[in-house]
Parts: sequence; C-alpha cells; structure tokens
Amino acid sequence: MFRTRSAAGAPDGLLDGAKVHLERTGDGLVIGLGGTWQIQAHLPGGTAVEAALDASPPPAAVRFDASSIGDWDSSVLTFVQGVEDAAEARGIPVDRTGLPEGVQRLVGLARAVPEREGAQRAAGHEPWLKKLGGWGLITWDAMIAQVHFLGEVTMGLGRFFTGRARYRRQDLRLLIQQAGADALGIVSLVSFLFGLILAFVGAVQLQQFGAAIYVADLVAIGMVRDMAAFMTAIVVAGRSGAAYAAQLGTMKVTEEIDALRTTGISPIEFLVVPRIVALVLMMPLLTVYADFVGILGGFVVGTGLLDITPRAYVQQTTSALGMTQFIPGVVKGTIYGLLIAVAGCRHGMRAGSSASAVGDAATRAVVSGVVAIIVACGVAQVISWVFGI
Amino acid sequence: MDGMETIAASGAAQISVRDLTMAYGDFVVMRDLDFDVERGDVFVIMGGSGCGKSTLMRHLLGMVEPAAGEIFYDGETFTGAPVEVRERMLHRFGVLFQGGALWSSMTLAENISLPLEQYTPLDASEIRAIASLKLALVGLRGFEDFYPAEISGGMRKRAGLARAMALDPQVLFVDEPSAGLDPLSSRRLDDLILDLRDSLGTTFVVVTHELASIFTIATNAIYLDVNTRTATAIGPPAELRDHSEDPAVREFLRRGESTDE
Repeated sequence: MFRTRSAAGAPDGLLDGAKVHLERTGDGLVIGLGGTWQIQAHLPGGTAVEAALDASPPPAAVRFDASSIGDWDSSVLTFVQGVEDAAEARGIPVDRTGLPEGVQRLVGLARAVPEREGAQRAAGHEPWLKKLGGWGLITWDAMIAQVHFLGEVTMGLGRFFTGRARYRRQDLRLLIQQAGADALGIVSLVSFLFGLILAFVGAVQLQQFGAAIYVADLVAIGMVRDMAAFMTAIVVAGRSGAAYAAQLGTMKVTEEIDALRTTGISPIEFLVVPRIVALVLMMPLLTVYADFVGILGGFVVGTGLLDITPRAYVQQTTSALGMTQFIPGVVKGTIYGLLIAVAGCRHGMRAGSSASAVGDAATRAVVSGVVAIIVACGVAQVISWVFGI
Repeated sequence: MDGMETIAASGAAQISVRDLTMAYGDFVVMRDLDFDVERGDVFVIMGGSGCGKSTLMRHLLGMVEPAAGEIFYDGETFTGAPVEVRERMLHRFGVLFQGGALWSSMTLAENISLPLEQYTPLDASEIRAIASLKLALVGLRGFEDFYPAEISGGMRKRAGLARAMALDPQVLFVDEPSAGLDPLSSRRLDDLILDLRDSLGTTFVVVTHELASIFTIATNAIYLDVNTRTATAIGPPAELRDHSEDPAVREFLRRGESTDE
C-alpha cells in the first residue's frame, strides 16, 4: 500500500507540490508528508487516507512522518485536521509526534475546543408540510406583532394629542419640513405631468364629439377627487416611507432604539408618533397643492393644443368644482399619509440587526405602503359609489 | 514576470517606514516616523487615545496616502506603487478590524471563503475544509453556518481573525485586539497571536493601548506621542518601561505610577 499524489500545477523537480505517502507498518498506518504545502495549491485528496483507514484489518493507530516536508503553511493543518476527523470517526487513535512542532501546536489548538453540540446546522430539505406550518406560524406572529404595534401607536397618538408624549419639538418640525416642503419639487413635477396626461387622454376621446371643453372638467374632477391624492401618496411612499424605515432600521441596528428604551423613553412616542403626525399633517396640504398643479397641467394642454381660451378653461374648471369636491381627495390623502407612515415605521422598528436588514426594511416599507394605498383607493371608490358621494 | 516576487531572503525588513508624515489636510497627525518591522515580529503601535495609532495602521494598509515619506514591504515600494502591484501586495496582508467587520449577509464560512474563492484556484470542498480549519483554530469549530449577528462580540472578533488568516498572510494587522473583550478572552487572543507567530512565522502589527497585552505579545513597539506629534520611543516594551529617556513613555508603560526611583 503505497501511494503518491502531487498537487496539481506543480511540475516535478521545479517546485515540489504537497506529497502524501501512506504506509502500513505492522498494525499501524504511517502517513508520510513531503514537498511544499501551499494554500494556493490544491490539497492532496483525503480519499486515499480514508481507504487506508477502512482497510481490513483496520490500522490500530495513525502516525505521521514529516521528515521530508519542505515549506508548509496552514494547508498542512487542513489536511491533518481531515485525517484526524476521519480517524476519530473510526475510533482510531492518532499520534501527532511525527509532525513539525508548529503543526502539532496549531492542530492541538484547533482540536482543543470540541465542536459545539448542535452547532452544526442541519442541511437538506424540510418536508413541505413543515415549511407551510413554519410559514403559517411566522405569518401569525407577524400579524399579532402588527396589531400590537398599532395598539402602541394608538396609545402613543393619544398621549401626543393630550400633550403627554415625550418627543422633541425640533424633531417634529424637521420631520414636517422633510415630509412637506422638501417634497414640493417632486410632487409638482409628478402632478403637473399627470394633469397633462389626463388632458391628453381625455382630449383624444372628447374631441370626437366636439366636446374638447370638457377636458377641463375631466382634469379638475379627476385630479381633485382621486388622482392628486393618489399620485402624491405614491411619491411620498417612495420618499418618506422608505426614509422612515431606513432611519428607524439603522437606529435599531446601532442599538439606538434600545438606548432610548433603557433611558425610559418610549421609541414609539419619541420616533414613530412624530413621523406619523408629520405625514398626516402634510399629506392633505400636499394633496391640495397637487390638485392645483395638476389642473395647471391640464390648462397648458387645453389652451395650448385644444384651442380653448384661457378664460373659457378657467370658467369651465370653476363651474365643475365646488368646495365639496375637495373633501374626498383631502380625506383620502390624509388616510394615505397615515398608511405610509405606519408602514414605514413598522418595518423600520422590526428590522433585523444586520447591514442588509435596513435595505430590506426600506423595500418592505415601500411595497406594503404602495399596496395599502391601492387597496385603500379601491375601498374608497366602492364606498363613494354606494353612498353616492 | 518582471521581478514581481521580491526575494524573501534579500535581508530587507518586512515593513520599512521612512520619514512618514501623516496629515488630514493641514492638520498633521504625526511627523517623521521612521521604523522597521522585522519578519516574525509582533510589532505594537501604542500611544494614548487619539494619537494616530489607527491612522498609522490605515497608512500601512494603503487606505490613506501619506503626506510625505515612504513605506516598503520586503524592500519593495508600497507608497505610490501602481494599483496592480499594490493589490498583489495586499494579498499578503490580513486585517482584523476592531469590531471584526464581518460581512453580515454571509455566514462565517462564507466570510472566510470569499478571499479564497477570489485568489486561489481551490474548489468548493477544499475551501470549505480550509474555512472550517481556520474557525477551529480560533475555537469556533462547528460555527461555519452561523451569521455574524447570531454570535457574541468576542466570537465575532475571533471569526474576524479567522477571516484575516484565510490566505495565510505574511503580515497580520490587528486593530485593538482587547477592545470589547473580557480579560480571559483577550488573553486567549494574545496567546493565539503568539502561537500563530511561532508556528506560521506570521508578522503581526498590533494597534493597542492595553498594557497587559503589550507586555505579553510585543517583541517591539513604537510609542506615538500625542503632544510632540512624533514617535518618541521604539524598542521592546519592557526595556522602554525601565530605560526610556522619555518620561512620558515610562509613565505610559507604568499606568502613570511614579517613575522616580
């Protein structure tokens, strides 16, 4: 029983690759190590060693002979570790005295701490029923946690409006500025373009009946009742919703939220409630602003391309809109703001504690915020249809 | 390969620093640093808080350009070398960051495997075996599939050391090995450093201000003085404690206890 295997890529004579000789002496197995062991080269395979350990009769002991070893690094350790694991599994004692002193010491170190019981993760597939059950339990827990969070927020809001919540006024002011004034640019752009698009889409149909003037009604009512609030909400979900999740998620990762708790300050009152209040206050204002910018977009198309005089367009618009038309849009905007802020804060507060957790939280906040907006929009349509609002 | 590999036996020191001045803009952190780190040294960079210990390490790693002066590895110029040359030289280094700096989206085994996958032709099972060994060396046998968030701070630090050792570096930089560790874990990390130095011949550059650690591991040390903004002493720490001409160095190494005899 004698076998030599040199590491790949090492031409003989030039650079000695790692070499392993296996020899049976009496009832023992001697593993001879030779050549240069470098971590950049392939390791000698352990299969020959395992075969020798499984031979019959099995060796009573394993010894090493490293008298012809050249330069070595930790790749020797990896090999020896493999041999020892294999021998240990078969109950064969290993004698390390033939190894270089440094190898002996490091292998001793590597094997000094026993493998932790149950630390190795079970690999392989779980049955689908178990996965389904696991998913069900996680979902149930998430729902309970969601209800818990909403309860805490409600209590926090209660304390806020009765003036008992602990938060910093300058934080609230900054949040209001970020959610409101700082969003004006992008809200202007989106709602102006949306008014423009609405006018174009309407004009194509209405011009066929010679009713191009009704583009003004379409844009005004469309924007004011639904689209301004809707588009603003989508933009704000991407801006503020994601920002809230990222801010709170980062604070979670850096233990800032724990620091608040240990200081006796409720993170819900201090962080979540001001964000919700800021967004709920700003969303109706942004909606009304978007109403007018959207109508302006329609006005540009109507007067520029459809030969409607500015005076006629304005008159048509004002006759289509009463104050009551604004109410559904503003109410919806407020509700969307609440949904976005709750989704953003919720996902930020439940973020994990790794770097990728913040990104995950922001993604989830935006996705669930947008879904909530669309669902709420649908529900609102049905309600206003049924009650004829 | 146009003399890519400098001959190790050329007699040049592992690291040579010549007239190094470190500055952020106009603010000079340290000037005129001049020292050698020999092969197999455990070289400790010591000094009070904020004196520029970590900044010096960042310079040695090429993360910050020196304001003046040069750094050589094995006699080869590192400062201002072309990017490819620098990257090749960096493969010979390992770094243990203060908090471990493990990549949180990867398991411990994956953390160690990444450099091996990038820079060696080894296949997956070999890399896995090496990763397991490196974890075993730092006492983390069986933690291959854990994520950094699932283990304690001390374990993260040891896993960081395992990652730093992935490619069997010639030089291992260690930033504040004792920070955040209990005395026993800190002692074990010191022992591990000495074991690795003795067995694998790794050169260590350690940034620390822990006296216990300094006297246990250091073969050589440099003291960065925050007031004069330069190195006021270089030598084995025990010798500096007893015979340094600079009272500030003696005081530092005696925890401020009286140096008058």
